[in-house]
Amino acid sequence: MITTYLFYFLSFLAIMFALMVVLSKNPVHSVLYLVLAFFTIAGHYVLLNAQFLAAVHVIVYAGAIMVLFLFVIMLLNLNKETEPHKSVWLKASAAVASGLLLVVLVGSLKGAETIVQVNAFNPNIGLIENLGQTLFHDFLLPFEVSSILLLAAMVGAVMLGKRSIK
Amino acid sequence: MLPLTNRSKVVVKKEMSLSEKIYLPAIISGMMITFSHFFKKKPTIQYPEQTREFSAIWRGQHVLKRDEIGAERCTSCGLCAVACPAEAITMTSAERKPGEEHLYREEKYAATYEINMLRCIFCGDCEDACPKEAIFLTDRKVDSEYNRGLFTYGKDILVEGIEKEKRIDVTKRQTPEVLEFKKHKEFDHNVVFEKKK
Amino acid sequence: MTLGYLIYKLILVIIVFAVTLLIAMYSTYAERKVAGFLQDRLGPNRAGPFGILQPVADAVKLFMKEEMIPSVSNKTLFIIAPGLSLLTACMTGVVIPWGTSLNLFGENYSLQVTDLNIGILYLFGVVSIGVYGIMIGGWASNNKYSLLGAVRASSQMISYEVAMGLSIIALIITTGTLSVGQIAAQQSGWHWNILVQPLGALIFIVCAFAETNRAPFDLPECEQELVGGYHTEYSSMKMGFYLFAEYINMFISSAVISTFYFGGYNMPFIGRFIQSPNLLAICGVVFLFAKIFFGIFFFMWVRWTIPRFRYDQLMNLGWKMLIPLSILNLVLTCTWMMRHEIFNALFK
Repeated sequence: MITTYLFYFLSFLAIMFALMVVLSKNPVHSVLYLVLAFFTIAGHYVLLNAQFLAAVHVIVYAGAIMVLFLFVIMLLNLNKETEPHKSVWLKASAAVASGLLLVVLVGSLKGAETIVQVNAFNPNIGLIENLGQTLFHDFLLPFEVSSILLLAAMVGAVMLGKRSIK
Repeated sequence: MLPLTNRSKVVVKKEMSLSEKIYLPAIISGMMITFSHFFKKKPTIQYPEQTREFSAIWRGQHVLKRDEIGAERCTSCGLCAVACPAEAITMTSAERKPGEEHLYREEKYAATYEINMLRCIFCGDCEDACPKEAIFLTDRKVDSEYNRGLFTYGKDILVEGIEKEKRIDVTKRQTPEVLEFKKHKEFDHNVVFEKKK
Repeated sequence: MTLGYLIYKLILVIIVFAVTLLIAMYSTYAERKVAGFLQDRLGPNRAGPFGILQPVADAVKLFMKEEMIPSVSNKTLFIIAPGLSLLTACMTGVVIPWGTSLNLFGENYSLQVTDLNIGILYLFGVVSIGVYGIMIGGWASNNKYSLLGAVRASSQMISYEVAMGLSIIALIITTGTLSVGQIAAQQSGWHWNILVQPLGALIFIVCAFAETNRAPFDLPECEQELVGGYHTEYSSMKMGFYLFAEYINMFISSAVISTFYFGGYNMPFIGRFIQSPNLLAICGVVFLFAKIFFGIFFFMWVRWTIPRFRYDQLMNLGWKMLIPLSILNLVLTCTWMMRHEIFNALFK
């Protein structure tokens, strides 16, 4: 029972913080709201008994990636004067595109109602042993391929970061 | 340039060896050095409880002396003010009135006598210049104050008290020759006021 | 979950919190005393006998001081930031196993607030959040020195988190668990992890210095270049919060280092002399605190011995020395753990 209330509370917070990310004028505030939104999502993971995912989510997203975001935004010193002007056409097309995305998402989720919850009450499903088994047994190839993708991204970043290439 | 000591070394910027590159041996030896200092005797002197010894000729706050019966020795001649390299001393003179003979030794005396302790460099030249053995530097410290104005010491602070116990002993600032000279009461300089009459 | 259980947990939390704050308070005194003794001085000795009331005097001073908030600062964030620093510093204490368990009135009371099965990750997560207090404070002050200090702090902490994480992964591989309680329990007798993971322990300790922003890695508050760093604009108790957070971090780091690598509450041969499990548990707490105090002393000892790194040296050490070393350590550990499989695959 208490988990249901917690779920609604966390969902409310998550949506509120997500909205604040978009609505707040100051980019630094946006980043901080995003960090809070990540925390609520980590809370959702805990509710789903996936503590490992929750911890890694906090470490990677809130602890590393958002710190870098904040880092860059603080150094850029963004304010009203430097904000690029956006035309009405651009805004309208953005609204149409995101509206279409919403339609697609709703459409795809409509058919998802029929999915049966498999083994919903397995308390160990999120533990590291099971997660490791799943990752390195059933999904070994996708996992390793994604690591190669990250390596490629890293090499690319180093190449871009080099001052001059002759 | 000639080296002052034989401890100077020429700086050589050479490639570091492996043991220097990994820092750790240097860090450990450095930490041993600091740790050895942990047990060394501390040279700190706990000031209000412990004080350092003053040297016998240490020059501190001035005193204006009185003679044996309690008359001020200063005649306001101004030699100390002339001798003072920091120009810290000022005074105004006045003439002694009849009946004040027990207060002032000579006919002329200093009505005011001020030393600015912030200007004073405690060189002791005033003491050397004084022909009347009136001003001496003592082993007393000049107190700290909250206000610059309070450092101009007037006669109320400088002149020693009349009572025996309030007299300031300056004998250790006087050379043996002076102390010998003071024994001879026949010299005018040493004569007490009543005897001169 | 009975009421008694709740009360016991509450008491344990309060004790841990109080002890953490007390030790942080006296670390400030110890820091000045140690600094004094290492430099042939006596340190503070006026407030009370041997100056032991100095932290109280400091606290009174900090509370009484005028509170200044720069008019051009971002007020909300400026006020939140020191609290965030202190909060994240205090949060880490819950997963440290302070001892085994006490058996009172027929019930077992564990001396660990909670033995999360992802304890190490929890610690790591909280530490990685800790940088926000510094970053927000530095940015909200609207001061260039503060901002530079904050930027330095964040890049330094992110850089050293990588090496720290890799050295912890090697530790996890040898211990086979993410629970801090189990790691401590495994090291009974002489099975201290530093004997298994000497290189990992060294890297972890170096990274712990960098993560707590202590000398020689205290560039975020480097006085010569940045005035006060991220807390330049802070005054009174907000400044005190930042300093307090630093000392709590130091205490927790010492606790974590002792628990991970130096046997936690275990001491060799003690089981031969003491039979009663309750007495043994209490001795364990004493041993752990002895190790922690030595750790804190070590932090201070290093601070007053080694000069501060230059920023490029710091980054070189982090990225070009510690990370390759920790990867090497990881590979060696993996090879050792898989030695039978490798042997079988090669020669049979």
